[in-house]
Amino acid sequence: MSLSSPLPPRRGLRAWLTSDTPASRFQARLGRYYATWRALSSNPLTLLGLAILLALVLVAAFAPWLAPFAPNDQDLANRLAPMGGLHPLGTDQLGRDILSRLLYGSRVTLAIIVLVAVISAPIGLAVGTIAGYFGGWVAAVLMRVTDIFMAFPRLILALAFVAVLGPGIDNAVIAIAITAWPPYARIARAETLTFRNADFVRASIVEGAGHWRILMTQIVPLCLGSMIVRVTLDMAGVILIAAGLGFLGLGAQPPTAEWGAMISTGRDYMLDQWWVAAMPGIAILLVSLAFNLLGDGLRDALDPRKRRS
Amino acid sequence: MAQDTLLEVDGLTVRFPSVHGPIEAVRDISFAMGREKIAIVGESGSGKSMTARAILDLIRPPGERIARSIRLDGTDLTRLSPRQMRQVRGGRITMVMQDPKYSLNPTMSVGAQLYENWLIHVGKPKRLSRAAGQKAVLEMLEAVQINDPPRVARSFPHELSGGMGQRVMIAMMLIPQPELMIADEPTSALDVTVQMEVLKLMDGLVARNGMGLLFISHDLPLVSRFCDRVLIMYRGRIVEECRADRLHEAQHPYTQGLLSCLPSYAQRGHPLATLSRDAGWEVAP
Amino acid sequence: MPARFLRRLISFALTLALTLFGLLAVTFVIARVVPIDPVIALVGDKAPADVYAAARAHLGLDLPLWQQFIIYLRDVLSGNLGSSSTTGNPVLSDIAHTFPATLELATYAIIVGIGLGIPLGVAAAVWQGRWPDHLIRVVSLFGYSVPVFWLGLVALLVFYARLDWVGGPGRLDIAYDYIVEPWSGLLTVDAAAAGEWDVFWNAVSHLVLPVALLAYFSMAYIGRMTRSFMIDELGKEYITTARVKGASEARVIWRHALGNAAVPLITVVALSYAYLLEGAVLTETVFAWPGLGSYITQALFDADMAAVLGGTLVVGASFVALNIFSELVYAWLDPRARMK
Repeated sequence: MSLSSPLPPRRGLRAWLTSDTPASRFQARLGRYYATWRALSSNPLTLLGLAILLALVLVAAFAPWLAPFAPNDQDLANRLAPMGGLHPLGTDQLGRDILSRLLYGSRVTLAIIVLVAVISAPIGLAVGTIAGYFGGWVAAVLMRVTDIFMAFPRLILALAFVAVLGPGIDNAVIAIAITAWPPYARIARAETLTFRNADFVRASIVEGAGHWRILMTQIVPLCLGSMIVRVTLDMAGVILIAAGLGFLGLGAQPPTAEWGAMISTGRDYMLDQWWVAAMPGIAILLVSLAFNLLGDGLRDALDPRKRRS
Repeated sequence: MAQDTLLEVDGLTVRFPSVHGPIEAVRDISFAMGREKIAIVGESGSGKSMTARAILDLIRPPGERIARSIRLDGTDLTRLSPRQMRQVRGGRITMVMQDPKYSLNPTMSVGAQLYENWLIHVGKPKRLSRAAGQKAVLEMLEAVQINDPPRVARSFPHELSGGMGQRVMIAMMLIPQPELMIADEPTSALDVTVQMEVLKLMDGLVARNGMGLLFISHDLPLVSRFCDRVLIMYRGRIVEECRADRLHEAQHPYTQGLLSCLPSYAQRGHPLATLSRDAGWEVAP
Repeated sequence: MPARFLRRLISFALTLALTLFGLLAVTFVIARVVPIDPVIALVGDKAPADVYAAARAHLGLDLPLWQQFIIYLRDVLSGNLGSSSTTGNPVLSDIAHTFPATLELATYAIIVGIGLGIPLGVAAAVWQGRWPDHLIRVVSLFGYSVPVFWLGLVALLVFYARLDWVGGPGRLDIAYDYIVEPWSGLLTVDAAAAGEWDVFWNAVSHLVLPVALLAYFSMAYIGRMTRSFMIDELGKEYITTARVKGASEARVIWRHALGNAAVPLITVVALSYAYLLEGAVLTETVFAWPGLGSYITQALFDADMAAVLGGTLVVGASFVALNIFSELVYAWLDPRARMK
């Protein structure tokens, strides 16, 4: 080995990730993720949002270990106890520990968010990409249906559906999901329209790929980015609507520890025991704020127009 | 520059901050002009438009303009208050921009836009009536050879063709009878057939009103026919200054390079020359 | 270009008709799949089979679905939304009594929301990255994240129960009830018209909190959108033209930039007015406000489907009406969409 060999290229994971000349697709993809992560993590508010959501997931997973009491354990001798001591956030009108109910309530909230996202995003994606890709009367019909659903205010439509399905958490999820998909369909369609005539789609057609194959391998993956941003931003609204349904008594039914319903029961004691209603409100505010912060950050990080500046 | 000087720019720099440190779009340029037609020519990014905007103090933050002085008929524009500068802008110096499709306000009628300029620089200072303003607007539209001025005054920018739009723009800029008109690529967005008409019109109006014209362009042949003198800009500096009719005698290798890149009948059938750049060009000869 | 405008108008009218039709179809379907049997509600569950069948035929439920739908369409179009099973009144007259309360709330809220949101949004755009910009960001983030009913409760607790600065739940104190003859249904208007200033000020004191609450949300939305439209407009070339002309900065911002930003803003304002009608459902519950929102929720609990669907239909129709309105104003503001 000669001593006069040129300096070795800079080593390390970071250099590999930020390389201008990735050697493989895998490296290029990881590099892109890294760049997105860098953009995301450069904003402290986005990180805060992410941290709150991580905390929510952890709390939901470990609620039985974290909570000092069982969520529905009544202690009538200790009704409406103030904050501090044995019950850090006090107790409600049945002597149930509010902190424990909040911790368990995170499971309900998380379940609603996940279920609504899992039901409504694919519906919107399917309707939007199909309408955008095929155009013509298919698009006319699908988008008209979308418009009709958008003509209803979301909460009122959800109320009407709950009225049909009957109150309860599953029905609330279905009602919210039914009202949540139309904006996703619009976005997916707009995205699809910009890709439909792109050269890479033409190339796939020339190669003999069928419509469904093109949809699934070319169009849908490209729509995912903006869908994720929109769904994230929307989850804040979903939490608020779910809590609203709970507050009206149309969502989770007693004794389930659901934050909106907890506010509703705390309402009667608002004057003297304000914490009963205040605490679940703060929990809702925090989680929905977290989704807004993360969604804003994601939008900035994934929007190439903003990234350039 | 033998005749009396109208505009004298001394040591003008335009600077923008960027992640890689400040970028100077215009670097310490100086020039002077009388009531003549002078052209600034350069490729995109050479700083010619920035020069025009800097003279009018239109560099938006975070960009900044630095100049020892910019004198208009003896007044140093760098020392004016923003309020005084607004009187100069549009009143004594005006600017015609590239594309009337974007440079006219889409939701204001043509007449209202012309009237606004008249009101700021003529009507308000002289306390003239609204009717006088409306008359001035129609006269000015007539002066830029627009048929049926009342109809055009009522119409909106999207209803005008490119050539008409640019005439309207010129009319708007001429209403306060300025001393200096800057034209920033005024014909590059227009059809070739309309270009010459608009140029001729501008030429006539400039001559009639005895204005100076600072013509910004990337089109060397056009400039050599139309203007008196030419300044060549490259990367924020003026690298050469010559008489327009002597352009073919230009000394600077960049100018020569540009000229040799133009297509011509003599070279038909041969590949067009391209510019091979030289770091030394940025230094003025 | 009248031909193009006409085409636009026709396609818009078609869209509207279709949307209204769809609205009716959705409510019809909801009404049919609901597990409440309207016949039993009418004759009771102990009725003999022939009575049940007669009642069923009387309600038109023995007809094929498409015929039922046509009958439903005919009824709705002639203003018959059925009768409420709880109040016993026609749903339409119930709504006529409750809607003004909601309208009063939403209208004052949108006025305040526009009045604060637009200047704040303009300031944020002009001073991008400075404190007005941060302020609107924080205000709107909070507005998008806070549950409206909870904020309402907190506001009631602080400003009514503790500080006693404003009136409490309801539209009036009991002492002022039934003094003013309802005419428009908007209490402030009726009281002012009758010269009953005590009633007027009492109504205002009850309006302050719910209006402030709803106005906050529309201000957050309008402010945020104004900011982004203004940033778009201020970057355009005609703004440079206005500056070249020597127009003052105030004129450049308010006349030129906002003049153009107003065009897309119209849609935003209409949308946020519509959301106010919806946001009223929760707010009205919190403030015991006898409006459409309270009516629908109450009907829900009483399984009064005619009332629920009638209310839903009215809110949906107001959405559509606001759409028409914004389309018309849009055409008026944007010469490119106007007929010559």
